[in-house]
Amino acid sequence: MADNQMVCATCQPKGLCGGKGLVTFKEGAWANNPLAIQVLGICSALAVTNRLENSLVMGAALIFVCVGSNLIVSILRKHTPHRIRMVAEVAIIATFVILFDQFLRAFYWDMSKQLGPYVGLIITNCIVMGRAEAFALQNPPIVSMVDGAANGFGYAVVLAIIGFFRELLGAGEILGHAVPGFSSWYTPNQLMILAPGAFFALGIVIGIFNMIKGPDPEGNK
Amino acid sequence: MSETSVWVIFIAAIFTNNILLTNFLGMCSFIACSGQIKTSLGLGTAVIFVMVMTTIINYAVYYGVLVPLGLGHLQFIVFIAVIAAFVQLVEMIVERFSPKLYFALGIFLPLITVNCAILGASLFMIIREYSFFQSVGFGLGAGIGWAVAIVLMAGLRQKMRYSHVPQCFQGVAIAMIVTGVLAMAFMGFAGMVSIQ
Repeated sequence: MADNQMVCATCQPKGLCGGKGLVTFKEGAWANNPLAIQVLGICSALAVTNRLENSLVMGAALIFVCVGSNLIVSILRKHTPHRIRMVAEVAIIATFVILFDQFLRAFYWDMSKQLGPYVGLIITNCIVMGRAEAFALQNPPIVSMVDGAANGFGYAVVLAIIGFFRELLGAGEILGHAVPGFSSWYTPNQLMILAPGAFFALGIVIGIFNMIKGPDPEGNK
Repeated sequence: MSETSVWVIFIAAIFTNNILLTNFLGMCSFIACSGQIKTSLGLGTAVIFVMVMTTIINYAVYYGVLVPLGLGHLQFIVFIAVIAAFVQLVEMIVERFSPKLYFALGIFLPLITVNCAILGASLFMIIREYSFFQSVGFGLGAGIGWAVAIVLMAGLRQKMRYSHVPQCFQGVAIAMIVTGVLAMAFMGFAGMVSIQ
């Protein structure tokens, strides 16, 4: 349990991160899904998924930050002294987060208001940091970008799934529109929009992921 | 500037607007370190302390330096740097003057840098436009609220070892669902006091 956070750093020996191109993408998005399998970055996953729209924007933000920071960290990997690499990574990540935040503020003010502090909190999202640390530091730029995109994508998909069900069950709508044949008779369950619904939804999604993947062969759950 | 009294903010941050159970901040360490009551108490104490201090410092930096210079958009990078530097400083001071406390808190201090609850508290402070004293009350309340939640969770998880959980739900999945029940229990406080 406690070493869940460390999975990123140790997946190298297991060969999970060593692939190229498509393999890297598949590992990042499915087999090693940051949210459902490694359980990283749950803060924002819970907070922004009360509406599908928010979930999609957050997913896009994470893909952008992951790809960007992985690329820069990877380009600079031979010039960064080992001792200050953490600070350098945080600074690079923060730069991309600021870029995205300013973009949202400039063009989608309402969305920026709704997401509130959670855009800024991407900086402390363990996924981005984990990928920079575990992958981009050891791999060339292009593969690192693919890895960033894959992890961001895997995260975005799970976010969208949770957002979809929470909005459907909590408000009886999808993307703010009524669903034909469903919204007319369904009584929205407010609980799904509130905090507890988020925990239940994520718990169930993780459980289902585990069920599909089958029991962990190494039995470290 | 909001005009809620400091006490209301303090109480609300602990109960009705618990930073963990309603704002979902600090989930990573919450899930990872809630195995034992003792560990979670240590982490909780460290979080309370760092959260109060960093909200104070960040308040001073934001309104004293960033706003006058028109650099408000740099808040993320400045806040995270302040938090990291402060944690490092505390670690060195504690190590020098109280080795006992250092060993008690030792491993938790670096973990706190990446605890999103700390950064989140600073960001909420700016977004809700708290005054200085309101910020201190909010930082303290949010820290205590987080500590209360993680200690409760540790107690629940110790009990849970004796129950039969379906295999695919073992570990994190059931922890999330239990947290959901905890969050529902905390919703019972809603209406007592409220901040936005």
